[in-house]
Amino acid sequence: MTLAQKGRWTTVAGLALLAAVYVRALAFTPIERTQGPAQKIYYIHVPAAIWTETAMILVGLASIFFLFLKDARLDSFAEASAEVGTAFATIVLTTGPIWGKPIWGTWWTWDARLTSTLFLFFLYIGYLLLRGAVMEAGARARYAAVLGICGMCLVPFIHFSVYLFRTLHPMPIIMKPSTPSLPGSMLATWSFSFVAFTVLYVGFVMQRYALARAGARQEAGHV
Amino acid sequence: MVARKDLLLEFRTRTAILSALVFTALVLTVFEFGRDPTAVPTIDLAPSILWVTFTFAAMLALNRAFALELENQALEGLLVSPLSRTSLYWGKLIANLVFVAIVEAVGLPLFVLFFDVPVGHVLLPLVGVIALATVGFVAVGTLFSAMVIRTRFAELMLPVLLLPFLIPPLVGAVQVTGRLLEGRPVVEAAGWLKLLASYDIVFVTLSTLLFPHTVDE
Repeated sequence: MTLAQKGRWTTVAGLALLAAVYVRALAFTPIERTQGPAQKIYYIHVPAAIWTETAMILVGLASIFFLFLKDARLDSFAEASAEVGTAFATIVLTTGPIWGKPIWGTWWTWDARLTSTLFLFFLYIGYLLLRGAVMEAGARARYAAVLGICGMCLVPFIHFSVYLFRTLHPMPIIMKPSTPSLPGSMLATWSFSFVAFTVLYVGFVMQRYALARAGARQEAGHV
Repeated sequence: MVARKDLLLEFRTRTAILSALVFTALVLTVFEFGRDPTAVPTIDLAPSILWVTFTFAAMLALNRAFALELENQALEGLLVSPLSRTSLYWGKLIANLVFVAIVEAVGLPLFVLFFDVPVGHVLLPLVGVIALATVGFVAVGTLFSAMVIRTRFAELMLPVLLLPFLIPPLVGAVQVTGRLLEGRPVVEAAGWLKLLASYDIVFVTLSTLLFPHTVDE
């Protein structure tokens, strides 16, 4: 079985898990008292947000190793991770306003957290644009690696500037220093969803990576 | 040495610095017409005006830093010279910082004049904040400008890549400037100052380490 096929099956498994998450979230998880059913979107929004940031960090790590080892596979992985990260950032930026409308009464607010996710999204777009704008493969990999490493270092700054701002956005309740303050059944659903998103990320990246490798081989063949 | 060469070239021709200064003055003027003076008090808007102007002016300066070297393959000349990559980067960084500092030194009095914001009592801390925020984003900008000159749409690519990186210093600078102009104690903004300082340390180091990868084959 080729990598692309394995990736496809992993993605199918991830989508099945995601469907199961919906079933569990809608039917078997208690409704949150103040927010009502709208809070259900939490199980999609937060895992996607965590993977958006993690994907950027993985891009950065792959970039560091690329600059040392000069292995083209690492560059292909960074490319794949960046594209999947862009897709996840899009999920976050779509589900966020949908959740915000009933709870905050507005689709969008220039709140620190929303703005920082938006800028992470722009960072991804910039990364992909830079890849598209350099013709020579070697230079493209190096430039992308430099930007990827800078991007990885930017994530904590974006993350911490959120804490310094007074914000409408709820503070993270799972990824925080103390123990998670979420009731058990909700935490279980959330963890389940997080696993689903992890499988999805892996599946997407496997497929995209196989494509990037094929692209690199073809490019090398033409030169 | 690189810094001296760049600055010397700049003072001989004076085109870039003059256009950047005119640009700064124009942006400040545009802001004046872009707000409703009866509805929004200047003091509320002042930090944003100041920082957006500085950011745009710096972007102009950075675009020019390596574009200069493209003519007559001057960059290749610098690269084969015995100069180390680190000194080349620092030379460019210092030249850019001086360039941006000149723009800011002219921009700040203009800003005070146009918007009638009293800064006399907080002048020193304000200059400190400006310096702290400028160093960080000029460091990243210098690194990126070395990359983008060899891409297509270089002039457009630099802002697209750089703006996400401008957010932490910009937000921090606006917050601290706002507190200073309102005459509140600096201690209130300690968190932001730490953020600005760590941003400078991280990105100056990082850019210095990464710069060789942007110019070497």
